[in-house]
Amino acid sequence: MFRSRNLHGHQARMAYLFITPTLLLFGIFTVIPVFMAFYLSFTNYDVLSRMDWVGFSNYKKLVGDSLLWQTFLNVFYYTIVFVPLNILLSLLIALLLNRASRAVKLFRTLNYLPTLTSAVAAATVWIWVLHPEYGLLNGFLGYFGVTGPAWLSETSTAMLSIIMVTLWQSLGSNMIIYLAGLQGVPDYLYESSKLDGANAFHRFRYITWPQLRPTTFLVSTMSIIGALQLFDQAFVLTQGGPANATKTPVYLIYQQGFNQLDMGYASAQAFVLALCILAFSLINMKLSRAEEPIV
Amino acid sequence: MHTASIQSYARRKRALGTVLFYIVASIISLAMFLPFLWSLLTSLKPDDEIFALPIKWLPSQFTLEHYRDAFTTVPFFKYFGNSLYLAVMGVVTNLFFGSLSGYAFAKLSFKLNKPLFRVLLAAMMIPGVVTMIPSFYVLMHIPFIGGNDWLGNGGHGLVNSFWAIILPGASGTFAVFFMRQFFLTLPNDMMEVARIEGAGEFRIFWQIYLPLTKPALATLGIFTFQAGWNAFLWPMIVLNDPAKHTIQMGLQAFSYNYQTDFGPMMAGALVAILPILILFVLLQKYFVQGIAFSGVKG
Repeated sequence: MFRSRNLHGHQARMAYLFITPTLLLFGIFTVIPVFMAFYLSFTNYDVLSRMDWVGFSNYKKLVGDSLLWQTFLNVFYYTIVFVPLNILLSLLIALLLNRASRAVKLFRTLNYLPTLTSAVAAATVWIWVLHPEYGLLNGFLGYFGVTGPAWLSETSTAMLSIIMVTLWQSLGSNMIIYLAGLQGVPDYLYESSKLDGANAFHRFRYITWPQLRPTTFLVSTMSIIGALQLFDQAFVLTQGGPANATKTPVYLIYQQGFNQLDMGYASAQAFVLALCILAFSLINMKLSRAEEPIV
Repeated sequence: MHTASIQSYARRKRALGTVLFYIVASIISLAMFLPFLWSLLTSLKPDDEIFALPIKWLPSQFTLEHYRDAFTTVPFFKYFGNSLYLAVMGVVTNLFFGSLSGYAFAKLSFKLNKPLFRVLLAAMMIPGVVTMIPSFYVLMHIPFIGGNDWLGNGGHGLVNSFWAIILPGASGTFAVFFMRQFFLTLPNDMMEVARIEGAGEFRIFWQIYLPLTKPALATLGIFTFQAGWNAFLWPMIVLNDPAKHTIQMGLQAFSYNYQTDFGPMMAGALVAILPILILFVLLQKYFVQGIAFSGVKG
């Protein structure tokens, strides 16, 4: 009895030793920063000299900051175009490639390759693809007698360009997620529906689509969370322009904090953005918890 | 006779379906691959053929001059090395600390096991943007480092050092979570036998359990490498010294400063993609497993 308790004590001590590095780093680079972010958002911290308490003035300023709300609107526009297209296209590709053959493996690989590229490299490649005169896209449109726009420098198409690049980069991994989801749909559902005389569309409408609902929800919330944190592509492709049409909240926070050194105000903006992201993360967490309990 | 014609009709229909499938799948896959092909061809074309109308797909002669230009205009080789170092350090630290903690949470009993793990799990939801500014502050004010006094003032701390990237990411919560889930699937009896034989806890972890997690380590390693190699915003914030820039930063600066040099620009982009591509070709199955995991578990 005594021996076993002693053994347990030893085990627990070793366990704490094992998790010490993780907890130490977690404390320094997550716990402290989270509380500090909250504190900084009530100050006028500017890196160089001051860090005075200014009460709610950052938050008051934020309410009337039309540029901030424009960045949210930009991301909103991005989201309502990007998320449905993302789901539609990656599901279609997954349905198409949900069969077994050697060629299918090659097709999957080709669709997956763009997800490997960094956002910066992808955006760099697409600067050239979207070149108004010599670019690939307008070259193609030229074959059909269409004169393509100057994608990146017109306010009406700049965000669409970013949507194209990010779609290109995300379809592959969502295809894999959908393929995993499709494999989880039990075969007997299809077999019994075939006996009932359901055609391919009915099978999709009444079996595949409802069965994939958790996957679709997950892909949606993850894309929304990603959209709210959009930065790299906007920074490289358009530098937030033209006329702030592609400026995102993270971009604005980065500029406010690290270019203009108005870190107190930037912290307040970051907090507002973080709350939005957190809302979707919570939904996401609830859903995946419902699927399979983790703890 | 009649059944035979129905059968041949069904066979024809299936053959037609297969042909249609190959056509559609080829078109989509080609469209997804086209930007790569296009940038590769651009990077190998002489300048006057890059700017040609209508599009000239194949170069009259292949040239590597754009690759030479990219590497001589900016120190791409140095950037490449910096990124490689940072990505490898990220992999090594995350695999070690992630599996060490993951093992403790999965296999060892201690009072705060569940509460601490729940806190870590909840912290996974905290978006990077909220800790961005204060993390910078913390790194700048680490005492006794980078000219700082014991209160952390006076110098620049770890800002402008590679540690500013390595330390905050050294034991990612995802790594801990991922490894814990894997250790949970392993049986406990090996541990008990080893304890009876007098093996220490670290030896049990290191020599018995860790070798069994090779597939999980491979998957986690790949993802950590990819994340480290592709990182952009945080390195741009903490690394101001041009000698410490990463390849993503170098590529962005190049495409911003040499806006019409598409040949070298594409060469640089392809070089920045290459290491991940090589990893993918070598370790393809681990990539796909990892996505399925993150997709199912969130």
